[in-house]
Amino acid sequence: MIIDWGFLLGRLSLDALPDNIVTMLGALGGVFGVLFIVGLLTITRRWGWLWKTWITSLDPKKIGVMYLAVSGIMLLRGLADAVMMRVQQALFATNGAGPIDADMFQQVFSAHGTIMIFFVAMGIIFGLINLVVPLQIGARDVAFPLLNSISFWLFFAGMALMNVSLAVGEFSTAGWLAYPPLSGLEYSPGTGVDYWIWALQVAGIGSLLSGVNFLVTIFTMRRKGMTPMKMPIFVWSVIGSMLLVVFAFPILTATLGMLTLDRTIDTHFFTSDLGGNPMMYVNLIWAWGHPEVYILVLPAFGVFSEIVPVFSRKRLFGYTSMVWAIMAITVLSFTVWLHHFFTMGAGANVNAFFGIMTMVIAIPTGVKVFNWLFTMFRGRISFKTPMLWFMGFITTFTIGGVTGVLLAVPGIDFQVHNSLFLVAHFHNMIIGGVVFGAFAALAYWWPKLTGFRLHEGLGVAAFWSWLVGFVLAFGPLYILGLMGAARRLDHYDASLGWQGLFIVAGVGVMIILLGVFFQVLQLAYSIWKRDELRVGTDPWDGRTLEWSTSTPIAEYNFATLDTVKQRDAFWAMKSSHGHEAVSKFNDIRVPKNSGFGPGIAAVVFVGAFAVIWYMWWLAAVALVVTIVLAICAGMREDIERTITAEQVAATEKKLWRTRQV
Amino acid sequence: MGGLLLVVVISIVSVIIMLQGVDIAVLNPQGAIASAEKDLLLFTLGLSAVVVVPVFIMIGAFAWRYREGNTKARYTPDNDSNKWLEGLWWGIPIVIISILSVVTWVSTHQLDPYKSLKSDEKAITVQVVAMQWKWLFLYPDYDIASVNVLKIPVGVPVDFHITSDGPMSAFWIPSLGSQIYAMNGMSARLSLIADNPGEYRGSNTNISGTGYADMNFMVETLDTRDEFEKWAATVRGGDEHNHMDEGSYQKLAVPSSTNVPQYFHLHDANLYAKVMNKYMHHEVGIKEGYDNHDH
Repeated sequence: MIIDWGFLLGRLSLDALPDNIVTMLGALGGVFGVLFIVGLLTITRRWGWLWKTWITSLDPKKIGVMYLAVSGIMLLRGLADAVMMRVQQALFATNGAGPIDADMFQQVFSAHGTIMIFFVAMGIIFGLINLVVPLQIGARDVAFPLLNSISFWLFFAGMALMNVSLAVGEFSTAGWLAYPPLSGLEYSPGTGVDYWIWALQVAGIGSLLSGVNFLVTIFTMRRKGMTPMKMPIFVWSVIGSMLLVVFAFPILTATLGMLTLDRTIDTHFFTSDLGGNPMMYVNLIWAWGHPEVYILVLPAFGVFSEIVPVFSRKRLFGYTSMVWAIMAITVLSFTVWLHHFFTMGAGANVNAFFGIMTMVIAIPTGVKVFNWLFTMFRGRISFKTPMLWFMGFITTFTIGGVTGVLLAVPGIDFQVHNSLFLVAHFHNMIIGGVVFGAFAALAYWWPKLTGFRLHEGLGVAAFWSWLVGFVLAFGPLYILGLMGAARRLDHYDASLGWQGLFIVAGVGVMIILLGVFFQVLQLAYSIWKRDELRVGTDPWDGRTLEWSTSTPIAEYNFATLDTVKQRDAFWAMKSSHGHEAVSKFNDIRVPKNSGFGPGIAAVVFVGAFAVIWYMWWLAAVALVVTIVLAICAGMREDIERTITAEQVAATEKKLWRTRQV
Repeated sequence: MGGLLLVVVISIVSVIIMLQGVDIAVLNPQGAIASAEKDLLLFTLGLSAVVVVPVFIMIGAFAWRYREGNTKARYTPDNDSNKWLEGLWWGIPIVIISILSVVTWVSTHQLDPYKSLKSDEKAITVQVVAMQWKWLFLYPDYDIASVNVLKIPVGVPVDFHITSDGPMSAFWIPSLGSQIYAMNGMSARLSLIADNPGEYRGSNTNISGTGYADMNFMVETLDTRDEFEKWAATVRGGDEHNHMDEGSYQKLAVPSSTNVPQYFHLHDANLYAKVMNKYMHHEVGIKEGYDNHDH
């Protein structure tokens, strides 16, 4: 009997390798990049170090850094996609002679959106939360340290799947939200949509677990005395964001699950017949997708609410208003999803309701803007890079807010929906809000993390390049949208007169690239000159607890757990009694390292890859192993180790002596 | 910094030059719906300015006045709340959004794409099929059909019934106003009217596969209804082989981009319903004029 072993590989064959020069270069770049890192680690014999210090670490600070590192690299890839689109539309779109054909252009914009939202913005947000939240609430750890590691590695596995599609197979051409029927098997028979589904599914489950983890952390692990209204405002914004994660991500998981079933076992959730309906998908994906926007932007609001008081040397104005505004936005963000498809034919009552609910969100958002402004009012503002990013944010975000209100009116949306006007609007919000917020946060918290600050001049240069590049890249898109230019066009007719504006947009993106160049240079230069840039534990004269501990921060965050008496706890401590030398310490228990996070994620990665390529036997094996590993992880004993009081005392003595300036 | 400034100035100047003689369709409406939508846009922009202009002035003024170096400015480090001020900026946006909500409610009902436009002229029905990757227009009252070109008379309301034979698409003529999604197995409605004779661009705005960027059509508005009917008669009396029925529809349905305008004599009055029925396993009584959403 002859057995056909073909089933082992499913639909995977040599055809899956890239046949297009651009994809090939990208894939080769990726492969060589990975090989280079592997080689470097092998030559310098750093594998053991990497495994013990980073990969298996359950320290949220380490996990936070890994999130930020991955997001930074993915930002470069997302930018490369953006540059390809801008170059295509500026130079080659009118004659069709460019290196990018329609299919590839569609893969590029689908990848750009997916990467930027899931593997850049989400990664940055979770990275910041990991770094800052435990410190700000005065805790030594998160509620579930191993779960935290699993979340990160699932995020990593999703990122890996997304990037493997470059070398093996193809990526989705259906846009970052993959509406059916285009994303169905009939119109997208390849592996592209499956890669999209599983990259999101795997990373999304990681996000959901993180959401639970940080909510429990904030609810149960705050420092004694830190009642809710004494929490730093960033922590409040994270509560809002994580509530949204917990309520919205299950919708994504279920929606992707149904799309998977439609594609693999021929169910009809999202077809037009047999009881299904594609409009259901559009509703569900935005029922997740709109809250997702606020999942990203609320923590950015939180970052700015920390930065503005510190750099204005003044208490945050309207703390109570800010808390109410965050919670109002959290609740309201679930009531507006239909504004993403006013043009789908809902009745006037429905459209008007969702339009009005959308505008209502402008109220708490506006309140936040005024509170930031009045924090600056009668302050002493020092325009260091974090504050510059805030200034960039508040101007671009306000403009984006206005165009958002325009889009919220159904009658206006009917004219500009799915045009480049819309594209300009949401980049206005996400770059102006989330990305500028992330850069501000990086400049602000970097010295706490490393003990030295980032070079100021290069930071300023990066800021101006980003701001100017942003205006030039997206200003023309507003005009093009009003001229009738739809989004996602790989080519257009020269007679339309659009090319000039696309060239300006292309110049804009090049200036953004210049900004990114300054940022990379800033990181490299600052690390090189770290001794000159050395700062103390509290370089900005901070107000919240993270600035009260040593730099670099000990594994246990805080040696002693002083009771919090009021808001801006560290500011209060500084003004009341200065820094008292503590001499009496207790034993501290910290979690032991665990390989379950990377282990589970690796198996999940293999399983998802197997499903994408229809290697069902392998998928089944991976599923069983994942379940077994999860059970084993849950049954671990002896998960903590003790740092004795003497060790704490020695560490503290060393950290405070060597790092104080 | 100087270099950046130079790039900005050059860009702004060149954008201004580029915009000379270019049609910004949404701001240059050619029909009643597009006009109303433009007015709505400008009104909303104006109302937003009531909040945004003071915000911008404050950003600049506060940043300058309270800069670190200006030690003459008042400094109140512990001032962190003021009931009146906070009440003011909860209050003002609430008032503005309330006004805008009323405007939104009224305008959304006025501009409801499913509402037929009121006019002394009897409306013309055009059935639209978004295909891979071209637009088919069926004129059931005139027994004609066209591909990638839509001819309508000025001053006569046109009732579009819009479906898709393929992925989701969106039907948009910016000069005339209001876009709407075309979805298979469903029929959307849109009512438009043109005020002036001319040629306008229509397109798909929703990604629908590799030929998506080619899914454009030309709208030609004719001076009078008579002229339109004369044109329809010419198409009907044209080449006998150029008819549109199920057979020729199947040929047209093969995915293709870069389609030139074509005209047909429509031989099958139920073609539109048949296209929709393709996506319905149980033929649920789809007949001419059936709409997915009832109002």
